[in-house]
Amino acid sequence: MLERITTIRGRAVPLRGKDIDTDRILPARFMKALTFEGLGQYLFYDERFDERGNPKPHPLNDPRYQGATILLVESGFGSGSSREHAPQAIKRAGFRALIGESFAEIFFGNATAIGLPCVALAPEDLGVLFQMVEENPELEVEIDLVQKEVRFGGRVAPLSIREEAREALVEGLWDPIGELLQAGELLDEFDRKLPYPRRAE
Amino acid sequence: MGKSLYEKVWEAHEVRRLKNGMSQLFIDLHLLHEVTSPQAFGMLKDLGLKVRYPHRTFATVDHIVPTHDRTEPFQDPLAQGMLEALRKNTREHGITFFDLGSGHQGIVHIVGPQEGLTQPGMTIACGDSHTSTHGAFGAIAFGIGTTQVRDVLATQTLAAQRLKVRRINVEGQLGPGVYAKDVILHIIRHLGVKGGLGYAYEYGGSTVEAMDMESRMTLCNMSIEGGARVGYVNPDETTFRYLEGRPYVPKGVEWEEAKRRWLAFRSDPDATYDDVVTFRAEEIAPTVTWGVNPGQAIPIDGRIPLLEELPEEERAQAEDALAYMGLKPGQPIKGVPIQVAFIGSCTNARLSDLREVARYLKGHKVKKGVRALVVPGSEWIAKKAEEEGIAEVFREAGFEWRNPGCSMCLAMNPDRLEGDELAASSSNRNYKGRMGSPRGRTVLMSPVMVAAAAVAGEIADAREVFGIGR
Repeated sequence: MLERITTIRGRAVPLRGKDIDTDRILPARFMKALTFEGLGQYLFYDERFDERGNPKPHPLNDPRYQGATILLVESGFGSGSSREHAPQAIKRAGFRALIGESFAEIFFGNATAIGLPCVALAPEDLGVLFQMVEENPELEVEIDLVQKEVRFGGRVAPLSIREEAREALVEGLWDPIGELLQAGELLDEFDRKLPYPRRAE
Repeated sequence: MGKSLYEKVWEAHEVRRLKNGMSQLFIDLHLLHEVTSPQAFGMLKDLGLKVRYPHRTFATVDHIVPTHDRTEPFQDPLAQGMLEALRKNTREHGITFFDLGSGHQGIVHIVGPQEGLTQPGMTIACGDSHTSTHGAFGAIAFGIGTTQVRDVLATQTLAAQRLKVRRINVEGQLGPGVYAKDVILHIIRHLGVKGGLGYAYEYGGSTVEAMDMESRMTLCNMSIEGGARVGYVNPDETTFRYLEGRPYVPKGVEWEEAKRRWLAFRSDPDATYDDVVTFRAEEIAPTVTWGVNPGQAIPIDGRIPLLEELPEEERAQAEDALAYMGLKPGQPIKGVPIQVAFIGSCTNARLSDLREVARYLKGHKVKKGVRALVVPGSEWIAKKAEEEGIAEVFREAGFEWRNPGCSMCLAMNPDRLEGDELAASSSNRNYKGRMGSPRGRTVLMSPVMVAAAAVAGEIADAREVFGIGR
């Protein structure tokens, strides 16, 4: 049985920038591996470290945000490649959810399927949240997928997330493999019915 | 009421509804490569599952292949390890693998159509966002993550969310020296890199109908750069002419039957769309990017926008992009010096691309100091290019003629930019660090424009460099 993901509570790291692509989240050269293990250390590598490996100023290097579990982003987050390595790196770096304005589709699907919710706030609410977190890195943020709201500093902001994804997270069905397998013989029926590439003798 | 191809294909492949309201969608064709599949096979093993229908999965190796010297073992043990993992996984599970030296290896989105694996009316998935390429055949094709690669291996299905459909008409005749690459850069420039979120793009209109299959593939390839996971063109006689006789395409009586079936998937004349936009072909010039996403583009004879000319919400991003690129607002893009020229990638490494460039490049030389690479999309294309004398035209001009693979497009092999080198590139992404150097810079354009830049040593108008259209 998968974990039911209903609420996520924690501090947040504010990461400014629109249309942040998956090449920035996890540069391609770190994908040369047979597993996802250890990817957390390469999260935003080229923005966090110079060519000699020395840390650069970046919210993820900022001691005030260490231990945060929510990644705060702007719009179009996760555009570009289909690499699941990107949300895997975010999850393996200790994050449990993302709050933003909008997310690229494949990224959103990949994140949901590994139990990493991506929720959206209206631009005004997101702007306030960014500002409050930047002023007070200790601010407690709560994402409530059941009530469909984000609570912070005495405020309540309605969140949006595709309803199917929300239900999957809340019901513990975010990894669909079990349900897909249940289709059983129905699959064989489709395999018989639908043509596939067949090399002629 | 009429239906679009997207709706028809979806309905033919929807196995059932899942508890959360998503659809379980049957995938006709699953394509694999070495980068996003090993973890999926690992997950399969952990769950004690097998590949359910191995006859529907095909694999090749593309991202990590060294293009200079492919002698094994490769110098990079990690790359060698990925190749061996794919060999082992495909062998153990009975999956057809187009290995190095088989004559069929190449970039996965070039190999699918080339072998005739890609067919109209299919659902196609692959762990690579440029799977949208296969939509050129009237297939619903999209990129998936590794957990979903596992799902397809185990069940041949996915939990999927139905998209809205935007019809994009392009009408009229493209000018000389203007290509499908310019059309898609123009579309993304106007609709934005987030414009396609939630949509499948259906491309049509007289310009698209007149395009050959390879141009349609270029068009569909970059749908993802416009935020659309899926892009497609309705199948027609052009599609059938391309497919006929390819290895995995039905023959004889079955061929006639297949054509009838494929035509039935075409969007109905009275199909309804969630949105319709129209572009004029005459308004499309050779287009190049100036920034760090594919929507930051301008016509070659234009100048980079002034910040105040941009919508307010785009200014900070543009400023950041220009700082990275070392360019200034208001500056013409023409004349910016380049250090590297790259012709290749799943967008533009097809035979027609190489033929078109060779036609103009003959008799010209790459400017001294420019590192110019041409990486054909597949072993078959490389062979044809040798036979037709195209490879020799490139070599004589001063291009390095390489072995097939993804190469510099994302630099998972030894081909990469150094420092802050600026590359004129026929690939699909100009993101920061994309071509392997954290400070490397990419300017996207058509292959003929890359050749012009290589010859001029700077970003140039191919129509001027090669006298196109005179």
